[in-house]
Amino acid sequence: MNTLITITVLALVVLYLGLFKAKTLLLPVTIGGLLVALTNALLQWNQNNQPVFKGMMQYDNYAVAFSALAISSTILILLLSKNYFEKISEHVAEYYTIILFSLAGIVVMVSYHNLSMLFIGIEIMSVSLYILAGIKKNDFRSNEAALKYFLMGAFSTGFLLFGIALIYGSVFSFDLEVIKSYVSLNPTKISPLFYSGILLMLVGLLFKVGAAPFHFWTPDVYDGSPTIITAYMSTVVKTAGFAAFLRLFWFCFAPLQPFWMPVILIITIVTLFVGNITALYQQSFKRMLAYSSISHAGYMLFAIVALGGNSGYGIFIYALAYSAATIIAFATLMLLQNQTGSDSFDSFNGLAKRNPFLAFVLTISMLSLAGIPLTAGFIGKFVMFSNALSQYHIWLVVLAVVNAVIGIFYYLRVVVAMYFKPIDRSEVPVPAYFKIVLLVSLAVTIAVGVYPALVTNLI
Amino acid sequence: MEHITKAIQGIPLNHYILLSAIIFSIGVIGVLIRRNAIVIFMSVELMLNAVNLLLTAFSAYSGDAAGQVFVFFIMALAAAEVAIGLAIIVMIYRNTNSIDINVLNRLKW
Repeated sequence: MNTLITITVLALVVLYLGLFKAKTLLLPVTIGGLLVALTNALLQWNQNNQPVFKGMMQYDNYAVAFSALAISSTILILLLSKNYFEKISEHVAEYYTIILFSLAGIVVMVSYHNLSMLFIGIEIMSVSLYILAGIKKNDFRSNEAALKYFLMGAFSTGFLLFGIALIYGSVFSFDLEVIKSYVSLNPTKISPLFYSGILLMLVGLLFKVGAAPFHFWTPDVYDGSPTIITAYMSTVVKTAGFAAFLRLFWFCFAPLQPFWMPVILIITIVTLFVGNITALYQQSFKRMLAYSSISHAGYMLFAIVALGGNSGYGIFIYALAYSAATIIAFATLMLLQNQTGSDSFDSFNGLAKRNPFLAFVLTISMLSLAGIPLTAGFIGKFVMFSNALSQYHIWLVVLAVVNAVIGIFYYLRVVVAMYFKPIDRSEVPVPAYFKIVLLVSLAVTIAVGVYPALVTNLI
Repeated sequence: MEHITKAIQGIPLNHYILLSAIIFSIGVIGVLIRRNAIVIFMSVELMLNAVNLLLTAFSAYSGDAAGQVFVFFIMALAAAEVAIGLAIIVMIYRNTNSIDINVLNRLKW
């Protein structure tokens, strides 16, 4: 709980720092506060915490693991924000505050024990993100991203809420424990309202995590938003969405798996194909990453299709690998956007000659996203696929492997551009902050890939 | 308060579910077919209010207050969304002099 309080108070402190024009303090205070929040989260590890606030939230190991992941990714992304927000407008403090508020929402999302907290968490996060998507007020693409995200987000909230209402109508409680006992005590006498509720909540949650056929807003929003916000959305927010999704289905709806599993199975396959095949045709690196995030959503859905004891661990390690690699990709993209002003694949041409380090790190990150062995991405895919195989979803794994092969093609395109398309270009300056972020993410990617026992069976 | 609950319980629960489902569907259809950002926005509000109605009815039938408290959360959210949403729409209007969502076509493929 201290984590949530720390983050919320920190957001207010940062807002006051902005009021008193202490601009140089903003980033150090934010990072310092987040480190305190991270420590607070890790201190709760293995404390066997029971639900608090009359059963509203439960800060168990699952919540600790995912909030620690979300907070660390946010720290890394905020390190990239040095001198970024200043270019957009004067009001820098507000941006940090809003990011911190959305992080507070994420902490609620991963530790809820009551459907009302799920709803509140998702909304605190989403409403903050609607603003963040549109912070470039005069840039039309940013405006468009904000409006699309807002309309689609509000629309999906409607489905989520209708689902919650129907579930309430059959159980007459929002508490996960009560819903769980309702499902497990009389599996034959479950009201039809409850089934419709599950389906509607499924639609709402799939919208939020950007799985096909509810993915159509994702590429536009990711493409139009400022790059640092896109990095935040495609790593932290996606992880939190899946953590909330899995928590609900794992805890409450697991006995009804025969009912909802075929739906998610089909959605997983569609998501994989839509994400990967559309990513092949992209000319912009940023948009390619948006489609790649859709396809990774497909891989992460594996954990929910093959729901079992390993699901939480599977999503955690996959999200860890995916976040580390994606942060590297977006950090590189931000540096190149500074230099060339474009985010197409061509702006990567010949990068290896002038910036061998940057090119090397980006190559590792692409290999990790593609799932090549000795990187964290491989371990993530391995855990997901072996989970699915243990429940005999053989065709699903076959299709996923086909998709992984398609994925290698477009991930390696940028590597080819960097190493084999030499052109004259000046060196891209890499500030110290970026170097820290790149090195940390690289270390995580390689360490988990080479020695996965580091994080095995944490949850 | 007592007689309000009695009055609500005088109508069968299925009628409330049906009414909410109809209002919700009107909202969904509105979002899908209208082109004006503000009308879409109003349709979303309609969806949220259908949920409010449903929760209140369930709550009155079961005698459990949690549903009504949830309605307050939804109202608070709706207010926050109005604030953010109208700000975004004003921002778009300043840049394009239109709130038709067909102008939102810069981002494609």
